[in-house]
Amino acid sequence: MVSVSTQQRNKVHPHKFALWVAIGSIVMMFAGLTSAYIVKSGTAGWHEVKTPTVFWISTAVLIASSITIQAALRSFKQRAMASFRTLFFITLLLGIAFVVLQWIGFNWLWDRGVHFEGSSGAGQFLYIIFGLHAIHVLGGMVALIVLFLRQYFGNTRNYNSTPIEIMSTYWHFVDVLWIYLLVFFIWIG
Amino acid sequence: MNNDQTIHVHEGAAGTHEVLHDGNGHGHHEHKQSFISKYIFSQDHKTIAKQFLITGIIWAIIGALFSVLFRLQLGYPEESFPILETFFGNWAKGGRIEPEFYYALITMHGTILVFFVLTAGLSGTFANLLIPFQVGARDMASPFMNMLSYWFFFAAGVVMMSSLFVQTGPASGGWTMYPPLSALGQANLGSKLGTDLWITAMALFVISSLLGGLNYIATILNMRTKGMSMTRLPLTIWGLFFTAILGVLSFPVLLSGFILLLFDRHLGTSFYLSDIYTAGQALPNEGGSPILYQHLFWFLGHPEVYIIILPAMGMVSEILSVNSRKPIFGYMAMVGSLFAITILAFLVWAHHMFVSGLNPFMGSVFVLLTLLIAIPSAIKVFNWITTIWRGNVRFTPAMLYAIGFVSMFISGGLTGIWLGNSTIDIHLHDTYFVVAHFHIVMGVSAFFGMFAGVYHWYPKMFGRYMNNTLGYIHFWVTLVGAYLIFWPMHYMGMAGVPRRYLDFTIWKSFNQFNDLNRMITVVSIIVFAVNLMFVFNFFYSMFKGRKLRTQNPWNANTLEWTTPINPGHGNWEGEIPEVHRWPYDYGKDGRDFIPQTEPVGPNESKH
Repeated sequence: MVSVSTQQRNKVHPHKFALWVAIGSIVMMFAGLTSAYIVKSGTAGWHEVKTPTVFWISTAVLIASSITIQAALRSFKQRAMASFRTLFFITLLLGIAFVVLQWIGFNWLWDRGVHFEGSSGAGQFLYIIFGLHAIHVLGGMVALIVLFLRQYFGNTRNYNSTPIEIMSTYWHFVDVLWIYLLVFFIWIG
Repeated sequence: MNNDQTIHVHEGAAGTHEVLHDGNGHGHHEHKQSFISKYIFSQDHKTIAKQFLITGIIWAIIGALFSVLFRLQLGYPEESFPILETFFGNWAKGGRIEPEFYYALITMHGTILVFFVLTAGLSGTFANLLIPFQVGARDMASPFMNMLSYWFFFAAGVVMMSSLFVQTGPASGGWTMYPPLSALGQANLGSKLGTDLWITAMALFVISSLLGGLNYIATILNMRTKGMSMTRLPLTIWGLFFTAILGVLSFPVLLSGFILLLFDRHLGTSFYLSDIYTAGQALPNEGGSPILYQHLFWFLGHPEVYIIILPAMGMVSEILSVNSRKPIFGYMAMVGSLFAITILAFLVWAHHMFVSGLNPFMGSVFVLLTLLIAIPSAIKVFNWITTIWRGNVRFTPAMLYAIGFVSMFISGGLTGIWLGNSTIDIHLHDTYFVVAHFHIVMGVSAFFGMFAGVYHWYPKMFGRYMNNTLGYIHFWVTLVGAYLIFWPMHYMGMAGVPRRYLDFTIWKSFNQFNDLNRMITVVSIIVFAVNLMFVFNFFYSMFKGRKLRTQNPWNANTLEWTTPINPGHGNWEGEIPEVHRWPYDYGKDGRDFIPQTEPVGPNESKH
């Protein structure tokens, strides 16, 4: 067993690797949707939409949460558990704020007559693509809550930083994904 | 982190297990488990493999039964069959299948066989069984996710099954579920609740295969035992590896397509719908394009056929080599051609859309890319044949099925060259020629690969052999039957007989095929019966089969045969063996076989 573990020590942790594969998979999903957008944007009856300004605030919130989760990971590695918990909790709050802001953005559009019914347009894509992104953020928040609660329950203290590292990688990913999507909508739209 | 720790962390992290592993990796792993954690919510890759296989068998019976029942009506359009009313009730009043229900039957037949049997049942079974065994790992990278993968598949099955019992019937838009038929509830009875259930089931299925695929890739790349370099992997693992990559990259695109379809169905969006009149009323949808759906669907749909065939190719390579007592011919060429097929799989999807209004210039690009697939396919076929050439062949049922696979793959592959040409496809599109082509190259071939795998690795799964005599009968009847069923369909297709039609009686020019149709129906009943015999053999042998007495019944080189006859969770008692050589040292230096675990001797010749 010793020989096996020394041989595998240099390799990336299988769970981290699995996350990178999963990220590739999620990227393909959004690539499918954004290429559908490009194909559709030339057709008859296409409507452009104005991107709500609240999305700029949500962008700032999500970037801030990326910074806090990175700081949380740093604290965890330094065994500064109190500051880790605080930063982790702030990340969670920022995540909630992001989803709420997205919801406000959707409502803003809805009130300006961008609905699902009728002919196709950027608005229909916007709801679906941004909505799916928000679902991925929500999924990340569920994982955040699980990891956070694990700090308070259980008999053993676990200083293995791998789950936190995987969490922060995923969180940065949804952040970068969001920036890509926003730029895509502003650039193409 | 070593493999033991991975299992360990996971069982702790999952919180569902009360089991404690002895973490030193030296002790035996036969710990006490409750019935539920051992057989139902198991995280052991071997149990999950069996769960996938048995679920797949159940689905295969259902899917094949549907085809036999609608074959009855196709072969004997004037007759009425009380048995049809017994099975389908009002859908076959007076013993005759309603035309609308025929669509539902072929839709479910296709969906069940393509996804539930040949994707989950085939790669789910053998990826789970063979990846940890053959790379030398105690389990998958994440046994918990692996368990979830099975249970998402199970949930998909429950939803799909329930759609068979709703009043408006199951989805009936064809397994490709093209809009506008599938997008408009008023278009067709099956497009009501049945299609929603179909989409839900498929979404669950996509999640299941993604969870599985992530695990397979992570395990193959990160959990190989010492000495197991990528070029020492058995070809089974290479096949399963590329399958997982295809699935992970293409299934999410299908999911995107389904999400847009759901919005079109329920929230009035116009992704796929434009300028449609139903019942004299114009729908408000404008600007949508059903071709967009076809692009999104076939971006998965084409890789999907390789998802089905690559695991079979991998297993066949392994079984042919083991049972010919010869090294596989052209190992690197085999890996390279699998890689080439994987790349090309993503670049040929539009060959399904030659007659959909695709730009003819684009069409010619896709013709070229499609025909390129002939090159790696031909390399593989050449290498399989040269592997058994002058070999000391042992005709076990598994070996027969592997040879049968090569035969089927050649027959079905050659007609792919016809269909890959857009000009010929204009004539052959949506005819029985297409039905014949994909049933042989994808359906029957993949089934042959699966049967080969089941017969070959059954002793590893259950510690017993399947009955050989029944295996031989199963093989010969299925081989001859499959050719009798599908070969004549080529001629029907060339004469222009369209697929998806229930009744050709008023179509006088096709009446020449009446006898042929009857023959096909009779043969398919026989083949179905023989395959039920295989199912009997499978379950009977589990309890009454000849017991395995040696660890390595086929004298094979790969690592799974170094585990105990009935391995516990963790596979090896004591340390995981170290690997010193590739897996195909058969008939070398006067020795019949040299297992991968044996160090290379000083005077050994190079392979």
